[in-house]
Amino acid sequence: MTDKSLRIGFIPLVDASALIVAVDKGFTAAEGLDVTLVREVSWSNVRDKLNIGLFDAAHLLAPVAIASSLGLAQVKVPIVAPFTLGVNGNAITVSPALHAAIMKEIEGNPVDPMATAKALARVVTARRKAGKDPLTFGMTFPFSTHNYQLRFWMAAGGIDPDEDVRLVVLPPPYMVDSLANGHVDAFCVGAPWNSVAVDFGVGHILHFVSDILARAAEKVLAVREHWSRENPLILAKLIRAHGRAADFIEDPAHREEVSQILAKPERIGVDAEVIHRTLVGRLKVSPDGALRESSRYLLVGREGAARPDPVQAAWLYAQMVRWGQAAYSSEGLKIARAVFRPDLYDAALGQPAKPAHAVADGVGAFTGPDFDGDDIAAHLASVAIKRVH
Amino acid sequence: MAADSSFKIVIVDESPIRAAILNEGLRDAGFTSVEHISEMHNLLARIYAMDPDVILIDLENPSRDILEQMFQVSRAVRRPIAMFVDQSDAASIQESVEAGVSAYIVDGLKKERIKPILDLCISRFNAFSKLQDELDRTKSALEDRKVLDRAKGLLMKMKGLSEDEAYVLMRSTAMREKKKIGEIAQSIVTAAELLK
Repeated sequence: MTDKSLRIGFIPLVDASALIVAVDKGFTAAEGLDVTLVREVSWSNVRDKLNIGLFDAAHLLAPVAIASSLGLAQVKVPIVAPFTLGVNGNAITVSPALHAAIMKEIEGNPVDPMATAKALARVVTARRKAGKDPLTFGMTFPFSTHNYQLRFWMAAGGIDPDEDVRLVVLPPPYMVDSLANGHVDAFCVGAPWNSVAVDFGVGHILHFVSDILARAAEKVLAVREHWSRENPLILAKLIRAHGRAADFIEDPAHREEVSQILAKPERIGVDAEVIHRTLVGRLKVSPDGALRESSRYLLVGREGAARPDPVQAAWLYAQMVRWGQAAYSSEGLKIARAVFRPDLYDAALGQPAKPAHAVADGVGAFTGPDFDGDDIAAHLASVAIKRVH
Repeated sequence: MAADSSFKIVIVDESPIRAAILNEGLRDAGFTSVEHISEMHNLLARIYAMDPDVILIDLENPSRDILEQMFQVSRAVRRPIAMFVDQSDAASIQESVEAGVSAYIVDGLKKERIKPILDLCISRFNAFSKLQDELDRTKSALEDRKVLDRAKGLLMKMKGLSEDEAYVLMRSTAMREKKKIGEIAQSIVTAAELLK
């Protein structure tokens, strides 16, 4: 069989690692695929170029794949995700001033998201009473895990994210500057940008998102549903190459090499040492050098992370409904769940013998009842602050 | 002129030349209210202050994601904005993405009234990239010319050739080795530097 040329778009973030390593270590070439990686500057571009066929596949925010399949705020193009590129990996970083304000108010353990959310609520109330501007939080896209994770966290503490604070979209490379010059007070973004903010002394990492949700599907390998039906063999090869890449990345012996590959200017283009920290999950969280380690900071393949889990799609759809981006319908839920395709993953890589993780409901939120991916109404009933149409 | 001159148009583009080309085209077509934003700080606030009907943004601009926020119904958004295309018009999104531009319009505006603006935008963006290509080609031709002259000078000095003889020698070597004369010239310059 002759080589098949594919163009695949990505945004320079550490959770594009399986894609980048699959290509740069020759795993795609070994499958007979000739892949050209195209670095993009915005999620809107990645989405549009995938949708109209300029890209065969893309590194995509998991909620964008769902929004595209539902036709929310964009042309409706059914997308499927046969491989999850990353689970978790985001963090919430706050300015030194906001960090000090939260720590002054906190009761309990600062690693407990409920304690920080309640402290943040007190800071927000005090600011309002003092007649100060509301706090501004940066996130990466309206249909992003970052948006939903920030909202889920602060709403649990009694903050209405649409009324009590400002949530604004910022491209990831602009986050650190915006925090430094006071345009935002905090942000939620993926690696490496939280670490960059800490290194510049302009931010404190307040939470790993894995504190808020034990498992959160972050980026997916996305292809058009139509393309997946037209090219089943090519897709299987692409999934296999990604499976090899994820295994390669997760082997601690390869972390140095992987960091070097990702650090190249045409890939992510930041210091290899910063990337290495996020792969290991040992991050400097404060400009004074304090470290925090988590085995769940970013999962690329381990604990079954790469196998798409429809309950994750259901959780993301539930957030779209909760915050008024989508009107609930059982059809909508069905479409959202069907974006995540463990069947395609299994066909290419084989079905796992047993569940690879111990999170009972597949999500593991820090608060609220277990999430049932078939019962969005129960999830919405369990939360006080919402914008349900 | 079919153009609806009452439309307020904002161009978001960090390239001043491209923005000027587009601005001129829009004015020639009868759109009198055209403004340009080149500074991305506080982008949404600037756009809201201008209160446009149509926003045009280049695709090399990471701030495009910021505009997507205007689709959302929230306190931050005063007038809901939609992407130009609707489901029935896949061809125009294809053309505009390929040209490197995207259009956002106030929700509810009739798409056919906006179509001439987008068409103009696409043709101006394409014209700009053609210009850019020509400029790049001229630059690299100039660069080749410089290397060629240096190589010629080296050959003249080291082998005591005339200018014409040096050129003929490089050309015949290029033909024999099935290479471009520029590559031969570059290897002469490189070799001379190594042997210095």
